[in-house]
Amino acid sequence: MAITPPSERVWWKEPIAKVELVWILIAFVWGLIMFFMMIYWHGAGEQNLSNEAYKITPVRFSQRAQAMIDQYTVRQEGIYPVVHPPPGSDVYLIARLWQWWPILELEKDQTYRLHLSSMDWQHGFSLQPVNINVQVHPGYDMVVTIKPDQAGEYGVVCNEFCGIGHHNMVGKIYVVE
Amino acid sequence: MTDNERTGSDSSPVDEPIPLMQRVLDNPFLLLFLGILVPTVFYIIWGVIEITQIPIAE
Amino acid sequence: MASSAAFRICPTTGLKVNLAAEKLIKANAVAAIVFLAIGGLFGLLVALTRWPAVHFLPADWFYLALTAHGLDVLIVWIIFFEMAVLYFASSVLLNCRLAGPRWAWAGFVLMLVGAVTTNVAVLQGQSSVMFTSYVPMMAQPPFYLGIILFAVGALIGCFVFFGTLVVAKQEKTYEGSIPLVTFGAMTAAIIAVFTIASGAIILIPTLLWSLGLVSYIDPLLYKTIWWGMGHSSQQINVSAHVAVWYAIAAMVFGAKPLSEKVSRMAFLMYILFLQIASAHHMLVEPGFSSEWKIFNTSYAMYLAVLGSMVHGMTVPGSIEAAQRSRGLTKGLFEWLRKAPWSNPAFSGMFMSLVFFGFIGGISGVVMGTEQINLIMHNTLYVPGHFHGTVVAGTTLAFMAITYLLVPLIFRRELKFRKLAQWQPYVFGVGAAGISLFMMGAGTLGVSRRHWDMTFADAQLPFDYPSAAFLMMGLNGIAAVLATLGGIMFVVIVVGSVFFGRKLGENEKPSYPEVPPSAVAVAHYGSSQSLRIPGTAMLVGVFFIAFVLYYFVNWKYLSEVWPLS
Repeated sequence: MAITPPSERVWWKEPIAKVELVWILIAFVWGLIMFFMMIYWHGAGEQNLSNEAYKITPVRFSQRAQAMIDQYTVRQEGIYPVVHPPPGSDVYLIARLWQWWPILELEKDQTYRLHLSSMDWQHGFSLQPVNINVQVHPGYDMVVTIKPDQAGEYGVVCNEFCGIGHHNMVGKIYVVE
Repeated sequence: MTDNERTGSDSSPVDEPIPLMQRVLDNPFLLLFLGILVPTVFYIIWGVIEITQIPIAE
Repeated sequence: MASSAAFRICPTTGLKVNLAAEKLIKANAVAAIVFLAIGGLFGLLVALTRWPAVHFLPADWFYLALTAHGLDVLIVWIIFFEMAVLYFASSVLLNCRLAGPRWAWAGFVLMLVGAVTTNVAVLQGQSSVMFTSYVPMMAQPPFYLGIILFAVGALIGCFVFFGTLVVAKQEKTYEGSIPLVTFGAMTAAIIAVFTIASGAIILIPTLLWSLGLVSYIDPLLYKTIWWGMGHSSQQINVSAHVAVWYAIAAMVFGAKPLSEKVSRMAFLMYILFLQIASAHHMLVEPGFSSEWKIFNTSYAMYLAVLGSMVHGMTVPGSIEAAQRSRGLTKGLFEWLRKAPWSNPAFSGMFMSLVFFGFIGGISGVVMGTEQINLIMHNTLYVPGHFHGTVVAGTTLAFMAITYLLVPLIFRRELKFRKLAQWQPYVFGVGAAGISLFMMGAGTLGVSRRHWDMTFADAQLPFDYPSAAFLMMGLNGIAAVLATLGGIMFVVIVVGSVFFGRKLGENEKPSYPEVPPSAVAVAHYGSSQSLRIPGTAMLVGVFFIAFVLYYFVNWKYLSEVWPLS
């Protein structure tokens, strides 16, 4: 039994039943398929993270974001500037207690280099209802090249706990034709 | 509830050498060493090296 | 020390039970169940708050309760119980005295002091930083100190386990190799050593940082090493509950492993590769290469998943073979139909096996796929997954074996048998519901660790789809059901341990039924004639579900915005 020592002194040489062997083989091959699927997607799939990142201080990151805001703000929505940066450009989104700053307005089917960083604690960039989720750290600038493929109004929910105002941290991204 | 009484007919002769892999699996401290080595090298050390190599924004 | 080498003979199993080990098993199991009750209560409060129609706690209390829930059940309940499993699998199963029972008691006291310290810190309200306590969010120093003390205590327990293996070998208390269950427990202990070392490496500096002695902790570095502890601690559970499955199969059916070699190699895959899946938490973090992510998240080409899939066949397979050798050979499933479904040790164990595989296992592999993680990270899908592994899997398995430990170790007759018969079903269905509904809500985008999914006080509006609200309501109902199952468990165990009839010195417990030694299955015949068609069918169904669900999620992924 499993709660007593093996009945054979040399159990390593016991033959393996065929049904077990077949299952081991299936499971092994399936593991290989799942492993190579990730590699395959890097070539053939459209949803991959670049892994491009830089160390950056919160002050420098917010300076860069402010430069973008100063140059490309098209209107104001309450306290939020709505920024419409040119396609292909570097776009900055600040995560801080408890805002995603500013509101971005992007063009459909254009690519942008989206920079994400936090001014304070960790935050979670959760683009809804698309459901893209990326972690945002202070001190690191994560660059994700995005290509919005549908026009509309999107919410940016914070999905990493960041203190008592966490559930009020919502941002917005517009995608226009 | 003991079934480890060796039945004479099918138990291996006492002097038969224990195969290498069985000896590995019978060695808790070797397994402890491997079980710490593999994740420390592949997950922690490799991971920390990657963190330290993140470039500083120009 | 004469007392540490005193034994009694178990009238049911014939095992020599070391009295010092027995006391430690009791103490650790009781502490475990106390913290399960506390942590479970916090879990109920969390679920009731996330039930939109109830929204029970205010925000600050919600985050406090969630922090306490995570710590008390993911760490304290589980590891206390695992200490009991380690002492059982070493001292009792090897007929051996426990190495250093005084050390084991010191470890127990440290764990208890640590758990209480951290709980008090959390309840004081200044340490609502979640189980993960990501820097630079700071908790009070006692929060970290308590976890460190607890970890050191657990580490001592692991070394007592290894020491007992050495003593047993020296004193020749067993012949040949250690039993498979002990091997599984050893796998858990090995993973525990890595887990605790990772925790110490990162939490000691963090404690110093919270005391103002260290100025800066890098958040990315913290997170990487912290998950070496946070994720691996749950891999201790996987190894321990698989060992428990084998133990229950042996104790209830007299089942013998189909192949010692195959089952031990499957555990070896755990020892080598299970822990590197800590990278599951690092797939959408800045700065890691895809090579690091793919190698680690796939447990080195899914070799540890291979291990789990092997156990998924060999555990039910050994039961089927044992049942068939007793003449339950009709059709594919007579062995399963006529299994003792009213014995909570069996029903709990079998549901744990099925739920762990189908819910926790499949979702874990899918979510841990490098790119698919993008559409799940930090959504409720994550807690959905790990309630499938840790609650429906580990907790249910530990509850199941408790039904055997009460008569065998506590030497008390089990009370409330009717209640015990139903308990695994109530708890299991509730836990499975919690998992599935949270996974559903997560697929719809709902954030985890979030007090208000309506965003009523946010500066900018956003609405989750209405189906997500339905999911969270159903999750609340499932949580109430699981809580009911948890209360039943605590009532049965506490009632039996304190008020159950004491068993006589040589009295065999009549319930739950454990077969007499004569029925133990020594052989299934030669390996060529091994027939387990029912199990083959079950794993076939599992495999089809796995493949379909895996590719469905690639399809979901392909529909989101292109990213590169």
